Amino acid sequence: MKRSISFSVNGDTVQVEVHPHWNLLRVLREELELTGAKQGCGEGECGACTVLVNGLPINSCIYPIMEVEGKDVLTIEGLASRDGALHPVQEAFLEKAGVQCGFCTPGMIMSAKALLDANPDPDEEEIRQALAGNMCRCTGYIQIIESVKHAAALLSSIEQEA
Amino acid sequence: MGERLMDELFVGKSFARMDKDKVIGRANFINDITLPRMLHAKILYSARPHARIKSIDTSKAEKLMGVRAVLTGFNVPEVKVGFLGDQTPLKKDKVRQFRDEVAAVAAIDEDTAEEALDLIKVEYEDLPAVYDPIEAMKPDAPLVHEFDARGKPRRNNLLPLPWKLEAGDVRKARESSKYVVKDRFSTQWVHQTCMGTSGGIAEFDVNGNLIFRSVTNVPFGGKDRLDMFLKNLGLKGRSRVLTPYVGGSFGSKLDTDIYEFILVLLAWKTGCPVKIVFSRKEEFLASPPRQPVIATVEQGCDSNGRLTFRNIDMILDNGAYTSWGATTPSVMMIPVSSLYRVPNVKFQATCVYTNNIYAQAMRGYGNPQATFVIEQSMDQLAEASGIDAIEFRKINANVPYEKTPMDLKITTCPMSECLEIVEKRLNWSEKRNQKTSRGVGVASFLHVGGGARVYLSDAQGIIMKVDDEGKVTVITGGTDQGQGSETIIKQMVAEATGFRPEDVSIFQGDTEVCPWDVGTHASRHAFITGHAVLLAGADVKRKVLDLAARWMPEMIRFDLSKRARKDPNFQVPLLDFSPLMDTNNLELRNAEVFLKDDPENKHFRLPVAKILRRAHLVGTGKGEMVVAEAFYDPPNEMLNREGKGNLSCCYTFGAHGVEVEVDEETGLVTILNYVAAHDVGRAINPMLVKGQIYGATVMGCGYALTEEIQTNHGRVMNPNLLDYKILTAKDKIPIDPVIVEPIEPSGPFGAKGIGEPACVPSAPAIVNAIYDAVGVRIKDLPVTPEKLLKAIKEKKAKEQ
Ligand code: FES
Ligand code: FES
Repeated sequence: MKRSISFSVNGDTVQVEVHPHWNLLRVLREELELTGAKQGCGEGECGACTVLVNGLPINSCIYPIMEVEGKDVLTIEGLASRDGALHPVQEAFLEKAGVQCGFCTPGMIMSAKALLDANPDPDEEEIRQALAGNMCRCTGYIQIIESVKHAAALLSSIEQEA
Repeated sequence: MGERLMDELFVGKSFARMDKDKVIGRANFINDITLPRMLHAKILYSARPHARIKSIDTSKAEKLMGVRAVLTGFNVPEVKVGFLGDQTPLKKDKVRQFRDEVAAVAAIDEDTAEEALDLIKVEYEDLPAVYDPIEAMKPDAPLVHEFDARGKPRRNNLLPLPWKLEAGDVRKARESSKYVVKDRFSTQWVHQTCMGTSGGIAEFDVNGNLIFRSVTNVPFGGKDRLDMFLKNLGLKGRSRVLTPYVGGSFGSKLDTDIYEFILVLLAWKTGCPVKIVFSRKEEFLASPPRQPVIATVEQGCDSNGRLTFRNIDMILDNGAYTSWGATTPSVMMIPVSSLYRVPNVKFQATCVYTNNIYAQAMRGYGNPQATFVIEQSMDQLAEASGIDAIEFRKINANVPYEKTPMDLKITTCPMSECLEIVEKRLNWSEKRNQKTSRGVGVASFLHVGGGARVYLSDAQGIIMKVDDEGKVTVITGGTDQGQGSETIIKQMVAEATGFRPEDVSIFQGDTEVCPWDVGTHASRHAFITGHAVLLAGADVKRKVLDLAARWMPEMIRFDLSKRARKDPNFQVPLLDFSPLMDTNNLELRNAEVFLKDDPENKHFRLPVAKILRRAHLVGTGKGEMVVAEAFYDPPNEMLNREGKGNLSCCYTFGAHGVEVEVDEETGLVTILNYVAAHDVGRAINPMLVKGQIYGATVMGCGYALTEEIQTNHGRVMNPNLLDYKILTAKDKIPIDPVIVEPIEPSGPFGAKGIGEPACVPSAPAIVNAIYDAVGVRIKDLPVTPEKLLKAIKEKKAKEQ
């Protein structure tokens, strides 16, 4: 039996008919056609499916859909501003080559954003810790870490200007 | 061509990555594509490692609502696939490994397809199996294949690929050697573990042509194989391969995989597009990994430490069928014959069928295995002759412009320089031989850097189309797997044509439109594409300047008189337009055309977009456009029957040095320092070159320390990311990448390829460092804490 649930995705309220055993990733990708979050394992191991629920990074592939009721979900599609301007984390990943094949990237960027929201000036160890659940086979992580540091710098300079 | 061009504007600079779609979630991978009427496929794999198929009952599955097709070897034509033709997509007579495809289902959604699989009943009759290649070589071993592709009975499990290379006289050299070492080493099964799993979508268009959305990095090779498959099925259509974004490749997408043929069968039978995306478990079970080798290595040197001979015998576990893994010895020959100067060489590699998963190539194509064994033997020989390990390597280092025993023609070669960099940056002389649980180790490598002629062609075609707005579209047969080709192609095109990177867009991934390319493999993409870009780019520039010479005078006169009309105070200057009319006087840079000898002349300078627009839209029926093409096939050679030939236009060299600390209580290895010195010819984009070095080095460290497909009687025991351990962000490896740029004369802008090599020397460098730290040598990868602890304990017991 399908049930109806309602939550917010990237600022828009949505109502979806779901089977209660579905996970959030399935609903995002298949019901809402938000294919930015990726499925790399479906078992909570790789982090490719990371999105933010009420600001916190979660593996959406194992996040029960019924728990999303009334919550705010932010996916990679909702990170850039509506006029298309990239979020500083996105910009930093391009500038410092934190992206290669791009499959881990949406999850990586969401984890990085959550980290920087909580800790605007993380050191290398803190970044490595925060990204420990996001696997990447291409980059060896080093330029991802540089990207996160660069994003922190971009964010703080925006802050200072404001 | 290898000269550094004067005042380069774009090449050699660390441009930011230009694949913006990947950071906003708009890059569409195969997983993200949905087509109208699309069905979902699932594959039933064998439940036995080696068995006759007695019967397959699909009746219940067929009746399940939503199921559109259930295929087995019994209801599709028997068409052999694979380069030795040793399998059919769906198995009929017997299964030879757990990944054997026994049945396939297409249904309206994945859940239904999955449910249908559970309803299929297969009856097996078990056969004796063999999992160890050495056992499989014995005369009484069970035969994995009773017949070859032509139906001839087979007598043993050896593949008909006798890899051999011989140069000089090893026997004589051994006799005259002062020091000789001999040992046996082995490596493990490892998986490419791309973050995006395998997948594809097949559909037939109204004319019966196949459209295949594929993750291949060899679209034209894949198209050939699919065309052949269609022909053998008795179908008339041709195939078209589309390649969306791929979530990593690392060799796993070189061959057309079995699931791809199955998708074609399902699309044919159902008349609908059919999609499959592997689960992570399936990826580990059914996507072919890098094979293990067992190698016996013998090397000798004279009293001065000069290598006298090298003799290597390898046994490769091929698994149950043949894919490109069986051809990796062709690349192993490169380090075996030519890593360091060694006059007498003998190499033999035997690929053996077993009832294991079958092997594919992985980043480095055999080079990681070969270098692992050679570089440990080098350390052993250095020790035997009492010479420091780096010194020993420097004595034997390759030098520029020499021909090796395999007839490789080395051009630029900064191997000694790379070794010196490692020595200095690691503080080698202080750190070596301390025996304090900390130690340093080194390993070098060479790899193809200028393409690799493994097929009759090593070419790439490119088309450049310049539109009326001054934008350049590059249509290329190459594909990107994340290495950043979209960024460096734009840099190179801008440099070669005189436009700007932001004026360039790239169209790729459609065999119907793009010109032919042999494939993005063998670290060849930047090298071959670079040459094609230089050729086509020069033509674009010539054509644009020709238009400029014809149009600029008139356009400038027109602009001046227009200005004079608007502004009565403006005096039209008296100008001599004649220099403009000769293309030889003109230059195109940064999207502007101006006089070469008078670049400051602001009257004689026009944006190229304006000129092109004028040339397109002339109003007289004589409009012109600019299109150029090139097909670059490098001057490298195929190996001859003796396994010799100059496979690549140039070779890339480097050395990795590692400092480790071993916890003698736990067996844990910590990498304290890692220097990776790489000859790249010339870095087109240093930041992206470093990205390749970082990524491959970390992959190499995983190969050394953590990665291993564990099998038990042919069954993969750790098909998930928790138990198959690739390194994560928590595994800090402090890599110090050093780019060495000898400017390669045969390379485009002086560049050599860099995609693979950094994963080659990591494992031997680490193992050599561990030996320096604790005095035990682990000869079997990976160096797990258990293995290391056991070896340390054994050593201590012996010493007492
Ligand atoms: S897909 Fe969710 S953790 Fe891998
Ligand atoms: S960029 Fe490919 S997996 Fe991270």
